[in-house]
Amino acid sequence: MGHLVPSGATPSRIDRSEAARLETGIPAGGIGSYLALTLLVLFAMGPIILFVFNSLKTNSELAINPLGPPLQPRWSNFIDAWVGANLAAGFLNSALIVSGTILGTCFVAIGAAYAMARLRVPGSAALLIYLIIGSALPTQLFITPIFYLWVKVNLYNTQIGLIIIYIGLFSPFATLLLRSFLMGIPVEYEEAARVDGAGDWQVLWHIVLPQAWPGIVSIALVSGLAAYDEFLYAVTFLQDTDKLPVSIALYSFQTSTYMRNQVLVNAAGVLMMVPVLVFFLLVQRRLVAGLTAGGLVA
Amino acid sequence: MSIVGGPRLASSLARTEQRTRISRAWRAWRTWRGWVFVLPLLLVNVIIIVVPAALSVYYSFTDWRGFGQAHLVGLDNYLRLASDPDFISAFVHNIVWMVYFLAIPIPIGLAGAFLLLRIRRWRTLFQLIFFAPYVIASVITSQIWKNLIDPNYGLGSFFGFNLLGDYNLALPTIATINMWAWWGFLVVVFFGAMQAINPELYEAAQIDGAGVFAMFWSIMLPGIRPTLMFLGLMTIIWSFLAFDYVYILTRGGPAGASDVLATLLYRDAFSAAEVGYASAVGVVLGAISAVIVGLWLVLRRLRKWDI
Repeated sequence: MGHLVPSGATPSRIDRSEAARLETGIPAGGIGSYLALTLLVLFAMGPIILFVFNSLKTNSELAINPLGPPLQPRWSNFIDAWVGANLAAGFLNSALIVSGTILGTCFVAIGAAYAMARLRVPGSAALLIYLIIGSALPTQLFITPIFYLWVKVNLYNTQIGLIIIYIGLFSPFATLLLRSFLMGIPVEYEEAARVDGAGDWQVLWHIVLPQAWPGIVSIALVSGLAAYDEFLYAVTFLQDTDKLPVSIALYSFQTSTYMRNQVLVNAAGVLMMVPVLVFFLLVQRRLVAGLTAGGLVA
Repeated sequence: MSIVGGPRLASSLARTEQRTRISRAWRAWRTWRGWVFVLPLLLVNVIIIVVPAALSVYYSFTDWRGFGQAHLVGLDNYLRLASDPDFISAFVHNIVWMVYFLAIPIPIGLAGAFLLLRIRRWRTLFQLIFFAPYVIASVITSQIWKNLIDPNYGLGSFFGFNLLGDYNLALPTIATINMWAWWGFLVVVFFGAMQAINPELYEAAQIDGAGVFAMFWSIMLPGIRPTLMFLGLMTIIWSFLAFDYVYILTRGGPAGASDVLATLLYRDAFSAAEVGYASAVGVVLGAISAVIVGLWLVLRRLRKWDI
């Protein structure tokens, strides 16, 4: 049975040090390639830069100068947006939801991936197929039943309720990813430890976990980002304004304020976007490796 | 037996039997103990995925409205779907969405990756820049583009158009905004797959006098076929699940012009309190996904794509 994600260590797709990989055998393209790529850079970055510009204007300046840099940057927009969109609570709630999701997803995925990759449990082929199908099923299929179930057990409109949902939704993919990572780790240390009398738990704790660290970081980053950006379940399952994560705080600010005060909505959006972009630059290698793992089947 | 061996043999037999029973239990434990580690995954998946999916299938055969008694109504919901103009138009919009996402971002992704392969410097930088929109939340991406095309403030005021308010342009506009956040992901994935192709293949082709585009068609594309196939199938699945951008930007409007199955389901389930009917939409979505994943698994086994 093959697996969804590549066996072996999650490959680092963006890797400066692999000088050997630079030579791909294709003739170099010259200046034309750089020009075409620069156009793509403009397409990717232009809207983001303009968005930052438009968060620093006044509404009246936006009307006459929508596509240029701000004439007089109004930094106070960020303060007004911070207060107006209730972003302090939003970031706190997001931090709580994201860290809960990461902890839970990692806990669930580590155990299952370890069992599937190492313990040769009967039925693990069926489990694998379930995980592949489970990670591709539409989340819309579950939302109504979970909603009524959560109302019944008082998990509706609670952050822990949302965290449990995220763990459930993200765990199939995280398990698949970590399983393939574990399969790429040599078993010799584990066998040696078992000869010395170590049990499953000791092997997991002392031998596997320290080696699986990069894979665990990958699934933590992927599930954390997914929880930070998620929209459908967050907008459905949280009601009270003081419980909303920053994405939904921004969304309600958008729907309530957009017509009257567009620059403030932009400023709130920039405040939510900047941490993710900075974070992305800091951990890009691991994050990209994790996010693209599902697509790398070659 | 007792005549020949006496009580000593009997007791020793009993002991052996006991020992085999213990060792059988021990063997079963040794075989199955791994499931202890799988239990948390099973538990959370049963609660969040398996039971809700099963309930959705059940609701789809009832007239449940989210409260009160549910009555089994057989295939009524499905028959109603087949003749519901809203469902049919949403379904068509999902097909349009699928065609768009197969036809536009995948070629851009391939072209971007191929261009990256032909340069020697700043590959990492380009990839980072292309990938960045993918990590931005859909709420923000929507706001970024709403600004840019705003009929009063943005590009719309120069060209006099209201893209999101236009009956014919709303859906392609939303798809384009979603595409902006997506194509860079494809560049990075395709680039990774292309790098894995053996360079000697190109060198051999070059000796045979093949041009760059011949290499692209006859080495590159076949070389990344499993990745291409997988992402093509995933694009089809995701096209039927499109929700965020439609809901945030237009809520399916104007006048249903950008309604897709997921926004229809959401409205039926939570605004119209038609849980049974909404569940039937969900089951259709689930069936589409399951068939496509199944197809992928079968293809993978039949064509021996070892992955």
